[in-house]
Amino acid sequence: MSGANSLTPFLAGSSLIHALDARVKVPLTLAFILTVSFLPFGVWPVYVLLLALTVSAALLSEIGLARFLRRSLLALPFALAALPLLFTIPGEALARFSLFGLTLTLSGPGLVRFASIAVKSWLSVQAAVLMAATTDLPEMLLALRALKLPRLLAAVIGLMWRYLFVLVDEAGRLLRAREARSGSREGAPRGGGLAWRARVAGGMAGSLLLRSLERSDRVYTAMLARGYDGEVRSLPHPPLSARAWGILAAGLLLLALILFLSRWMVA
Amino acid sequence: MLPVFAPVQMHIPDGFLSTLVSLVLWVVSAVFIFTALRQVNKTLGERQVPVMGVLAAAIFAGQMLNFAVTGGTSGHLLGAALATIVLGPWAAVLVMTAVVATQALIFQDGGVLALGANLFNMAVVGVFVSYAVYRLVTGLARGARWGVFLGSATAAWTSIFIASLAAALQLALSGTSPANIAVPAMAGIHALIGLGEALITLGAVAFLYAARRDLLNLASGEGKSSKSVLIGGGLIALALAVLSPLASANPDGLEWVAEQKNFLSAAREPLYAIIPDYVFPGISNEAVATIIAGVIGVVIVLGVTLGVAHLRRGRKAERGS
Repeated sequence: MSGANSLTPFLAGSSLIHALDARVKVPLTLAFILTVSFLPFGVWPVYVLLLALTVSAALLSEIGLARFLRRSLLALPFALAALPLLFTIPGEALARFSLFGLTLTLSGPGLVRFASIAVKSWLSVQAAVLMAATTDLPEMLLALRALKLPRLLAAVIGLMWRYLFVLVDEAGRLLRAREARSGSREGAPRGGGLAWRARVAGGMAGSLLLRSLERSDRVYTAMLARGYDGEVRSLPHPPLSARAWGILAAGLLLLALILFLSRWMVA
Repeated sequence: MLPVFAPVQMHIPDGFLSTLVSLVLWVVSAVFIFTALRQVNKTLGERQVPVMGVLAAAIFAGQMLNFAVTGGTSGHLLGAALATIVLGPWAAVLVMTAVVATQALIFQDGGVLALGANLFNMAVVGVFVSYAVYRLVTGLARGARWGVFLGSATAAWTSIFIASLAAALQLALSGTSPANIAVPAMAGIHALIGLGEALITLGAVAFLYAARRDLLNLASGEGKSSKSVLIGGGLIALALAVLSPLASANPDGLEWVAEQKNFLSAAREPLYAIIPDYVFPGISNEAVATIIAGVIGVVIVLGVTLGVAHLRRGRKAERGS
């Protein structure tokens, strides 16, 4: 399987956003998502302004607007969970449907609430997409370490990331082997019954787990051979430049202002 | 795209949970993860980084392993039960934390602010419930073979089912989805998804039972903490199993909680009310405000576009010379 590299949504680049220190990008993304979460329902002008922010950041990052928008729609199916709100929030009736003998009343406030949830979710996903597309995981972990993520957890996630591609290849080989052994006649279902197919997939999962346990032994021995003593060390990182601090502060200030504006509009 | 990165219903995206619910669950999950870090440090010591890291990668990659169910749908592995049975509860909490966090941060499978809730559902509830059920069944079977198999299958199904109840309650508490719809819908879907999980987990455990039986010796003691985990997991399962039908039958109860919360946020409102109450400086109509915001937005985006185009041209010219 050659897909390992196409697996990560990270797109190497040299844009302004790529060049920005992860210790600025990650906190700003988190603050953005938190701000969106704090926004009241139905403050459309504020949503529009935030959309302008994410879209311009996407343009600055030069990752391709179409790709950015496509990925940002990833969470859309989940909006289904909020769909009942259209009919359960009381308010002025906009329309009435009858479905299977049930009368559903579409209410104005329900529509506002549903659309706000969908837009807020979309904005948050956009911010996360942008961060993932312009920040490699090791960099992101550095930034999270600066935000007090426990060192051990960072080390585990870092090692997981390093071996993920190896094990995805391994899983790919297992899938290919199953494919190669599963002959089928035209039109007839492949393999045995459902339980049999599930058992085969389970056997593959078990063997993957076993192989990776054995691999972890080898990894551990290799680490010991290189002087590992249980402590994960890394080079100290250069302090944030004044410019980076400035961008961080300006970004946080802007978000605070936007939050303030939204509350003002509601009040 | 590989199936592993297809969004799963269990991962709640950002925007669907209220800020309060998200933040509270962040704190709860953090407490469990810190405890897990301390416990694993005690049992695995310096081996923990390689073992946890590689196994987290295996569970992550294992989610690719799917099998056709019917008409284009397929069952695949979430892995909380499998990780718990092989590694024990605390290590499984860490493995699932690494997996779920990476899915959110890198693949937008589940939200960033909602990550606290997703960690709670999949890395805490999923793991503890699996542990309690597996211990219970293997204990009842007194180490017999059928106990291991039945225990792993029921642990897998229950962990998915109970975790989905937790997710449904969180959505209801956030006022996103009424409890009388969210609970039966989530529970119904995941009762089916759980069957796939149970079958794969059973297959995996059967394989491990044949190849490395020593790995499945979870039941034989893990110190004092294992008992509290067992009890905790049982309590979580019971509480959610009892709470969610209750909430579903009396959606007003949860609505009341959500209302109280709205009331709380409304009580904070006066902070902003100091400012005279017109909508936008000088503009009283919200539609006009939206249009103006749109125009400002377009101007910002256009400015950035032109700036980037200009910079790019400059860079190309530099390279050319």
